[in-house]
Amino acid sequence: MTAWRFAVNGEPVEIEAPGMRRLLDVLREDLALTGTKEGCGEGECGACTVLLDGAPVDSCLVPVCQVEGARVATVEGLAAPSPEGPVLDSLQQAFLEAGGAQCGICTPGMLMAARAYLDAGGGPDEAAIRESIAGNLCRCTGYTKIVEAIAIAAAGG
Amino acid sequence: MPVPVEPPIETPASLAEAWAVLSGSTADDQVTPIAGGTDVMVRITGEVGEPPRRLVDLSRLDDLRGISVAGGAVVLGALTTYMEIRRSGLCREHLPALVDAAATIGAAQIQNRGTIGGNAANASPAGDTLPVLLALDAVFEVGGPRGERSVPADRFWVAYRRTALAPDELILRVRIPLVGGQESRFRKIGTRRAQAISKVVMALAWRDGGVPGAAMEGASGGAWRDVRLALGSVADRPIRAAGAEAVLEGARPTPETADAAAEALAAEIRPIDDVRSTADYRRVVAARALHRMIRDAGGW
Repeated sequence: MTAWRFAVNGEPVEIEAPGMRRLLDVLREDLALTGTKEGCGEGECGACTVLLDGAPVDSCLVPVCQVEGARVATVEGLAAPSPEGPVLDSLQQAFLEAGGAQCGICTPGMLMAARAYLDAGGGPDEAAIRESIAGNLCRCTGYTKIVEAIAIAAAGG
Repeated sequence: MPVPVEPPIETPASLAEAWAVLSGSTADDQVTPIAGGTDVMVRITGEVGEPPRRLVDLSRLDDLRGISVAGGAVVLGALTTYMEIRRSGLCREHLPALVDAAATIGAAQIQNRGTIGGNAANASPAGDTLPVLLALDAVFEVGGPRGERSVPADRFWVAYRRTALAPDELILRVRIPLVGGQESRFRKIGTRRAQAISKVVMALAWRDGGVPGAAMEGASGGAWRDVRLALGSVADRPIRAAGAEAVLEGARPTPETADAAAEALAAEIRPIDDVRSTADYRRVVAARALHRMIRDAGGW
């Protein structure tokens, strides 16, 4: 076992784990951050998407030894803390407005992929939005309302 | 859900440290290198064959990063990701077919992690950059505790999922020669645009030899030289299509050329039926995709 040090949602963490433990398992089991979901476990579905140094990755495909010194952002870090309780990120608010979530399994991954798209300056163009979430499968919505939600957030709504 | 195994992994910070780890890697007791993890991490559940028994992490080997031009070639470090290829000005200028291939692999999550060295070393017959590397006469610079050597792409994939790498060797860099007047094209056929494993994937490269003397008829370009046609997902490894290449060599991209090349390609490839497609579909679609590439190049 080795101690791995990195940051999760801005907070430094130190985890004793085998180097090959999946970042997904470190987040869910070791850090109890269960917002990140496991879908396929093989990089097909995007449910476990988190941001690694700002870039969307499938956390099921990342061994924790490769996260040493990196910044990890998960869905738990989207809402901003405030004295009155967490304030939703504009993207989360847009998903609520547009009805962009149904069963919810894909939602954390969708939010993180879309967050990366918006952080990179992505706009409300539908084709670009669809490409940004092409690695995230949703079996409920048909994607239309998810795309609408990201467009709302991109337009500053 | 299957529980992933967590085999031991070494994390060398230099090539010298990596060689020390790899000097113990043999065919019977393999140390499996891991770069972006998009293939290796899928194996740790044991659902697709035996999981690796011990690994070496390449992610700290900064000598294996970077894209540059040196010695008349574009040199890509083995750890270059698909996203880095897509964003690279050098790649966009000199290797548009490789940029096109990188853009079709997985989606953002995979492109941010998967590497060109990993794609080559994984040696899937469906690896999407592999036909491009074959068509562009890429050379792999490989190394290990016993030294470095070069292996041309057309001698790198030696059998189904097997490469010319010894158990203690890594791909260090991929060298792609710059050829004046070279054109290249890429085409992938899959179930959907993203996240699909190819049913057929192909790359075509040629040099426009010009048309000496007489004015040309129609819109077709000059005669093609140094034609390379490479395909994936139609054999047990990425292959060159020598028959279609012979038809195209010295020919102009006319409708007659396209018909003959497509016919030659359909006759020479031996694809199989599998979960992703059928042999018949692959043969027909490969021929049509080649025909379309020639038509587009000819402008008719």
